[in-house]
Amino acid sequence: MFEAILLTVITASTPLVIAALGELVTERAGVLNLGVEGMMIMGAVAAFAAAKMTGSPYIGLLGGIAGGALFSLLFGFLTLTLVANQVATGLALTILGLGLSGQLGEPFAGQPGLPLPDIVIPGLSQIPFFGKVLFSQDLTFYLSIALVVGVNWFLFKSRTGLKVRAIGDNHASAHALGISVIRTRYLAVIFGGACAGLAGAQLSLVYTPQWVENMSAGRGWIALALVVFASWRPWRVLAGGYLFGAVTIGQLHAQAFGIAVPSQLLSALPYIATIVVLIIISHNRRTTLINTPASLGKPFVPDR
Amino acid sequence: MALSKAQQAVPLLSVSKLTKLFGSFAACNGIDLDIAPGEIHALLGENGAGKSTLVKMLFGVLQPSEGQISFEGRPVTITSPGDARHLGIGMVFQHFSLFEALTVAENIALSLDPKIPLAKIAQEAASLSKAYGLPLDPNAHVADLSVGERQRIEIVRALLQNPKLIILDEPTSVLTPQEADRLFETLFKLRAEGRSVLYISHRLEEVRRICDGATVLRHGKVTGACDPKQETPASLARMMVGAEVAEIHREAGATLGDLRLEVSNLTVPAKTPFAVTLKNVGMKVRTGEILAIAGVAGNGQGELFDALSGEYTVPQDDAIRIRGKSVGRTGINGRRLLGAGFVPEERHGHAAVSGMALSDNLLLARSRSDRKAFLSGGLFSLIRKGAVSSATKRICDVMDVRKSGDDPLAGSLSGGNLQKFIVGRELDRQPSVLIVNQPTWGVDAGAASRIRQALIDLAKAGSAVVVISQDLDEIFEVATNIAVISEGKLSEPHPAGELSLERIGLMMGGIHESHSVPEAASAH
Repeated sequence: MFEAILLTVITASTPLVIAALGELVTERAGVLNLGVEGMMIMGAVAAFAAAKMTGSPYIGLLGGIAGGALFSLLFGFLTLTLVANQVATGLALTILGLGLSGQLGEPFAGQPGLPLPDIVIPGLSQIPFFGKVLFSQDLTFYLSIALVVGVNWFLFKSRTGLKVRAIGDNHASAHALGISVIRTRYLAVIFGGACAGLAGAQLSLVYTPQWVENMSAGRGWIALALVVFASWRPWRVLAGGYLFGAVTIGQLHAQAFGIAVPSQLLSALPYIATIVVLIIISHNRRTTLINTPASLGKPFVPDR
Repeated sequence: MALSKAQQAVPLLSVSKLTKLFGSFAACNGIDLDIAPGEIHALLGENGAGKSTLVKMLFGVLQPSEGQISFEGRPVTITSPGDARHLGIGMVFQHFSLFEALTVAENIALSLDPKIPLAKIAQEAASLSKAYGLPLDPNAHVADLSVGERQRIEIVRALLQNPKLIILDEPTSVLTPQEADRLFETLFKLRAEGRSVLYISHRLEEVRRICDGATVLRHGKVTGACDPKQETPASLARMMVGAEVAEIHREAGATLGDLRLEVSNLTVPAKTPFAVTLKNVGMKVRTGEILAIAGVAGNGQGELFDALSGEYTVPQDDAIRIRGKSVGRTGINGRRLLGAGFVPEERHGHAAVSGMALSDNLLLARSRSDRKAFLSGGLFSLIRKGAVSSATKRICDVMDVRKSGDDPLAGSLSGGNLQKFIVGRELDRQPSVLIVNQPTWGVDAGAASRIRQALIDLAKAGSAVVVISQDLDEIFEVATNIAVISEGKLSEPHPAGELSLERIGLMMGGIHESHSVPEAASAH
């Protein structure tokens, strides 16, 4: 029983972690992309379509990544090249994504899906309890963990990651140092889109292997809140993602057991937790300065 | 004009007829400038004279509209700072281009050879900063460092790129005389190695002391090229401003009147691990008096200003008394209503909102303390535009604020002009107590003397004035009494006539030296 709950928590948390990691990199580069929900749903529909058309859920996964990345490119072009307002563009991206995915996905609605198979790791999966939970999962789970490690290493140990953080902190100074602000931001936005697309693919290939309109169901917004909740740190995204995932699952089980917790309260919990974290980190000016990308959401136009 | 050996060799950098147009306005107009290898060359000029524009073109941040830049005898086009660095041009900006969220080592790493692994840079930075005599903890976050410490990073960072030409924009404005001497040693060493320095400064004495050649700009044109060692500060100033800089006029033996500001046993714990704790600060300032508080950056000046202005209130209500009233727990507006005025250190973002018009900035500061003048009564307190704009105009006229248009954005003014406006905004109220932090930081000679004269006149008219400053020349120009702040403690005040420049400099510097020893030790 407990094992079953844990497995569902993992499945519910994985897309949150992946999408939030992508957005974390985007925001660390100083770009606020509120279109995560839209990119996620585009990834979900692209993944489902690609899987159906090729018969391979793995190609479906690639299709999801490509769908999210291409959609984010639209955001990048509007906000980075045309210097449109990031908040407005991000919101528009979400609205467009929800509508467009419904349109594109119509022929696939109600069709049986192609679930991504579990990969059982020999040996490790024999470990009692943890073996089953941690080592016989689908590819997206392993990818999510690899992404946490990889993004953390990239941002805090690699030189390119340092440049990304520098751009997010002060784009004018980064430009003065000869770092290509716009190009780096494009790459960060595309990475964010690819991650959101991968998270969407997980929804339509693993979580509920089928295509349903609006199936992202607000997870993109939770991922956005998660980035702030984690104060822009990858390991905290992992912890927060599982906390938020557990809350979502707990909500279902509470109802099943007839525990009288209003489901609205539980759905609101991720956002309440984010507000609490925001209050805590804003209280100390120093932690705010050190963790928050200072140029987040600010347009960059090199002076000429 | 004969410039001995400097002009005989092929110049390292040669600029001819360089022009930069913004619309129809020529920020630089046909500038000629030559810098020889191994020369320390001064670039002088008031704010708005075109120095920043020229330097930005040399560093690839701006593109010239006309003219040619040659480097080592070859014509070059510098399209980006990366190009400039590639050629061998390094730059230390006046407004530091540091990343606050990153550590010292990371900041340095961003401009170092990418082949050095990141993990090694912390050690590298520690040893290199030590070699240049600029103690720095490589793992400290820049957000926690003082202005002076931040400048050290900038300087080390530029030097580490091994440039042939290094451009320094107002490098000594935040240093003690001793620290400045140390910087000069570094510059002399660079010169001995055959490197050149383009040195931008308003400190004429300094230019005369260390520079081999000087180019003076006014209104975007070259108004003089000379050997500064052959000139006097007055003759250099004349080239710069086109007329004699107004002598600061102060009558000796001013009579002091009633007690206006009294601070006793003011103790404020540090707000962050790297801020300074104020310890038992006490002062008494009377009408007609200017109390100048000297000290090296990061010794509690910011914290003292915050406590005096009410930006942070203190629990002991009677620790601060303005005109006899205890105001420790009173906020800024409450203190302003008692007749006090405050001018904080940072022009942009603290004293003024760069993205707002001057009139809006005026209203933001005074809407509460002068609400009758600027706001109509009634439910909505509508803004009386006419009153606000006439007050803005009055301040600009009185302080000679040079601007484009009637009511431009604060951010479009040069530093000196914005500072004149900010000081004028307070003076316009004729405050009975005025507290100013770094009134002329990074301001040109003309604007600085205007501001100082205004402070003296205010005191003469019967106000009590506190000037917190790192500029010793300024302190001696304006002060009736001088106190020194170090590590959050304020010394007894001394009459200005009884202290020598050297003695105060040594007091500040000596204290600073002992302060920086554990800092250097912890760097290992």
